[in-house]
Amino acid sequence: MFSALAGMFGGIGHRIIDRLWRFGSGLRFFAYILIYSGESFRRLHLTIREIYFTGVLSLIIMLVSAFFVGMVLALQGYNTLQRYGSSEAIGVLVALSLVRELGPVVTALLFAGRAGTAITAEIGLMKATEQLSAMEMMAVSPIARVVAPRFWAGVLSMPLLAALFSMVGVLGGYMVAVPLIGVDSGAFWSQMQASVDFKEDILNGIIKSVVFGVACTLIALFEGFDAPPTAEGVSRATTRTVVNSSLAVLGLDFVMTSFMIVA
Amino acid sequence: MERTTIDLWVGVFAAAGAAALFGLALKVGNFNSATLGETYSVTGAFENIGSLKPRAPVKSAGVVVGRVDNIKFDTNTYEALVTVKVDKRYPFPKDTFANIYTAGLLGEQYIGLEAGGDDKMLQDGDKFSKTQDAVVLEKMISQFLYSKASETNDTKEAE
Repeated sequence: MFSALAGMFGGIGHRIIDRLWRFGSGLRFFAYILIYSGESFRRLHLTIREIYFTGVLSLIIMLVSAFFVGMVLALQGYNTLQRYGSSEAIGVLVALSLVRELGPVVTALLFAGRAGTAITAEIGLMKATEQLSAMEMMAVSPIARVVAPRFWAGVLSMPLLAALFSMVGVLGGYMVAVPLIGVDSGAFWSQMQASVDFKEDILNGIIKSVVFGVACTLIALFEGFDAPPTAEGVSRATTRTVVNSSLAVLGLDFVMTSFMIVA
Repeated sequence: MERTTIDLWVGVFAAAGAAALFGLALKVGNFNSATLGETYSVTGAFENIGSLKPRAPVKSAGVVVGRVDNIKFDTNTYEALVTVKVDKRYPFPKDTFANIYTAGLLGEQYIGLEAGGDDKMLQDGDKFSKTQDAVVLEKMISQFLYSKASETNDTKEAE
């Protein structure tokens, strides 16, 4: 009985220590990426290629979901607002929720699912097929050649994707509110412009999306780089990428929002 | 340098992202009205500012002419000191009235300026000589009930 209990606590402790170990080596990995960034910027075409794979190819899923999110927000918002006779405020509701929260957060979650998994699987497989060791043999740093371009591509793509998400979401909200429901188009835009602040709302949203970009890309890269070089190891690493990225995004979102709202 | 189709797509992506940012700033946000350009600041003392907040609009005849810059509490007079920044394009006379109004029944509060007839204009760092406080709904209701009650008492006594 006692030994079983001790074993259980021992197991928990072991897992916690293992997590902390991974967290620490993840941070060391981040430092390596920053150190090797200069070297990878000298071959800029690598980064541009990765922007194509992480940013451009994610566009379609982002834009379609943004359109639907905006439309749903407008429908739901109208349902509540019209009870208080202020259905013109629907533009404010759609724009603020998209620019402040949904734009950066949903973009980051979709990014983790669309681009993050691809990065993890690709790097994990490169490791499993010993391509990374082959690079080291040829005195080419795999971090400078493979990891850093993907990191910067993710960090640069995320704010652009989030801005596009918010803009297309607002257009989706407009499509529902104005032609479908019949809210006045002038009131929709003017109320929105009166309450959305460039610094407080839009700039803070962009800051959020940059932080999410760093977090999601770093997690995807690290999980891939740290994956056991087996088929099972790569598949587990891919799952961990999605789980850890989502948790990191939502947790960081709470922390940043509490700072931004108080200030 | 050799050009590839990937470069084109990345260019399109970056341009679209930048366009979305500009769209958010100009169409969704109030980037153009938030930057007032050259301003001068005038201070007004109010006994009660209600729920006036920094960055609330300052309007005259319904047109936004400035914004509330900061709100302080003065311990000498126990009044609120509200500093507003007014656009340099709109000079106001020295005896301009500053009132705190509410947009709609429950809307946000703003400062309304009513121009007086003085020849001299307000300069940077001046004070509003005449101010009017925010209307506090509870105070108004209690005053109304009180006057109603005293009215009915009067009529009863008359009978």
